[in-house]
Amino acid sequence: MNAIVSIRNLSKTYATGFEALKRVDLDIQRGEIFALLGPNGAGKTTLINIVCGIVNGSGGHVAIDGRDIIRDYRVVRAMIGLVPQELATDMFETVWNTVSFSRGLFGKPANPAHIEKVLRDLSLWDKRDNKIMTLSGGMKRRVLIAKALSHEPTILFLDEPTAGVDVELRKDMWEVVRSLRAAGVTIILTTHYIEEAEEMADRVGVIAKGELILVEDKTELMAKLGKKKLVLELQSRLSEIPTGLTTHNLELTEAGSKLVYTYDTKAERTGITVLLNELRAAGIVFKDLTTTQSSLEDIFVDLVRNSK
Amino acid sequence: MNLHGVAAIYRFEMGRARRTLMQSIVSPVLSTALYFVVFGSAIGGRIPEIEGVSYGAFIVPGLIMLSLLTQSIANASFGIYFPRFTGTIYELLSAPISPLEIVLGYVGAAASKSMILGLIILATASLFVPLHIAHPVWMLTFLVLTCVAFSLFGFLIGLWADGFEKLQLIPLLIITPLTFLGGTFYSVKMLPPFWQTVSLFNPVVYLISGFRWSFFELSDVSVGLSLALTLAFLGLCMIAVWWIFKTGYRLRT
Ligand SMILES: Nc1ncnc2c1ncn2[C@@H]1O[C@H](COP(=O)(O)OP(=O)(O)O)[C@@H](O)[C@H]1O
Ligand SMILES: [Mg+2]
Repeated sequence: MNAIVSIRNLSKTYATGFEALKRVDLDIQRGEIFALLGPNGAGKTTLINIVCGIVNGSGGHVAIDGRDIIRDYRVVRAMIGLVPQELATDMFETVWNTVSFSRGLFGKPANPAHIEKVLRDLSLWDKRDNKIMTLSGGMKRRVLIAKALSHEPTILFLDEPTAGVDVELRKDMWEVVRSLRAAGVTIILTTHYIEEAEEMADRVGVIAKGELILVEDKTELMAKLGKKKLVLELQSRLSEIPTGLTTHNLELTEAGSKLVYTYDTKAERTGITVLLNELRAAGIVFKDLTTTQSSLEDIFVDLVRNSK
Repeated sequence: MNLHGVAAIYRFEMGRARRTLMQSIVSPVLSTALYFVVFGSAIGGRIPEIEGVSYGAFIVPGLIMLSLLTQSIANASFGIYFPRFTGTIYELLSAPISPLEIVLGYVGAAASKSMILGLIILATASLFVPLHIAHPVWMLTFLVLTCVAFSLFGFLIGLWADGFEKLQLIPLLIITPLTFLGGTFYSVKMLPPFWQTVSLFNPVVYLISGFRWSFFELSDVSVGLSLALTLAFLGLCMIAVWWIFKTGYRLRT
C-alpha cells in the first residue's frame, strides 16, 4: 500500500448543522505534492483540520501510513507538520523559543542544529532573538512554517500558504517545499489559485461544497483547463464538416448551424488563422464568431452538476 | 508518554511568569505587605491575641491562602485561555500529546508558580511578625494540595470562558468574597453562632483552617475534615477536566 494518507467516507457536520464535508474519499501518495483546489468555503480547511486532529470528523475514517488518526494519534501526529491558514502566533515569544517549543511539543528532544537550519532556510536566522510581535505578516508566516518543520515531519500540510504573501516569501517557500519533497516529504497544500496548483503540484484534487469532485494528474487537468473553444455561427447550415481541412478538432453542432473548433491556448500555434483561411477557401461564410474558455469555474459547475 | 511535550509546555508557562514578573510575583507580594502594614501593625496592635497568637501572625496563613487561590486561578486560567483566544491552540490540538500531559504541563506550571509565590509571601511575612511553624510537613502538604487543586480549577475556568470578562467573573464574584469571609482576618469562632453555621458552608473556611492549624495548632474545624475537603475538591476538578477532554468541549469543534 503506497498511500500515506488515506481518507474514507469522511463527513463533517458542524454544530450549526452545516455540512462542510460530504463523504470524501481521497488517497495521497507517498512523496507527492498534492494540491487541494477549491473556492472559499469549499471545505479545504475542514478536511485538513480533521486529518491534523484539530476538528473532529462526524463520520468516516482517516489513516496515516496505515494507522488510524484517532486510535494511534501519538504516532500519527508526530509525523505531521501543519502550517495553518490563520496567522496565529505567540506574540511575546522570540522566534527561537517558539520554534524550539514546537519541537518539544511534538515529542522530539532538543536539536539546535536542526532549528538553526530551518531558520536559515526561511531567512529567519537574523530574527531569531526578535519577539514575534515585532515581525511583519510575511515574517510571521515564515515563523509558522518553521514551527511546522521543527520536528522533522514526513507529511506537511500547508493551508493557503500564499494568501496575502509577497513574491519573496513565495519564492523562498517553494524553494523549501521543493527541497522537502526531494527529501521524501509528502506535501499537501490548499489554494484557490489555479496557477499555484499548476506551479507546484503533482496531482490536483478539486473540492466544491464539501464534495471532492475530481482528482487528477496536474498535466491532465491543465490540458483540460487550457482548452478554448471557437464557435463559428454559419450563414447556411452544413450537413457535414467540409473535407480537406488541416485540423481535426472540429465539431458541427445545433443541426449544422455552428462549427466549433477546440484549441489549446498554450500551444505555439492555435491554428486559428489556418482554419479561417481554409474555411474561406472552401467558401464557408459565417456571420458571427465567439470564443469561450473552459475555466476552473466551468469545470466546477460541470462537475457539480454531473455529480448530482 | 510525551515528556518532551510536557516539559515544553511547562517551560513555556514558567517563561511567561518571568516575562511578567511584576504581575506574577511583585504585585501579590506588595499587596500582602500592605495587608500586614494595615491589618497587622496599624489595626492589629489594638486587637488582642487570638488564643495566644498575635493578630499579625494569626492572619499570615489566611493571607497566603488568599494569594494562592487568586494566583493559581489567574495563572492557570490565563495559560489555557490565551492560546484559545489567539488561535495558537491549534498547535496543542495537533500535537502528539495526551490530555493528561497537557494538564500536567499547564497545571504543573501554574501550581509551581503559586507555590513559589506562597513561600515568598511567607518569607515576606516573617520580616513583619515572628513566625513559628508547628507542622512544616502539613503546612507544605496543604500548600501543595491547594495550589494544585486551584490551578486545576483555574484551568477549567480557562477552558470554559469565552471572553475575558468570564475569565475574571468567578475569581471576582466567588473566590474573593469566599476568602474574605473564610476566616482570613478572624477566627470563625469569633462569630455569633448563626454565622458560624453559615460559615461551615464556605469551603475556603476549611482550607484556611487546616493551613492555620499547621502553623499554630489553631483550627476552626477539624484538620481531618480540612484535608478531606481539599482532596475532594481536587478530585472533582480532575473529573471535570477528564470529562472536558473526553468530550472535546470548547476545544474541538
Ligand atoms: N466552526 C464552524 N462552525 C460552523 N461552520 C463552519 C465552521 N468552520 C467552518 N465552517 C463552514 O464550513 C464551510 C467550509 O469551511 P472551510 O473548511 O474553512 O472552507 P475553505 O477552507 O475551503 O475555505 C464554510 O461554509 C464555513 O462557513
Ligand atoms: Mg480555508
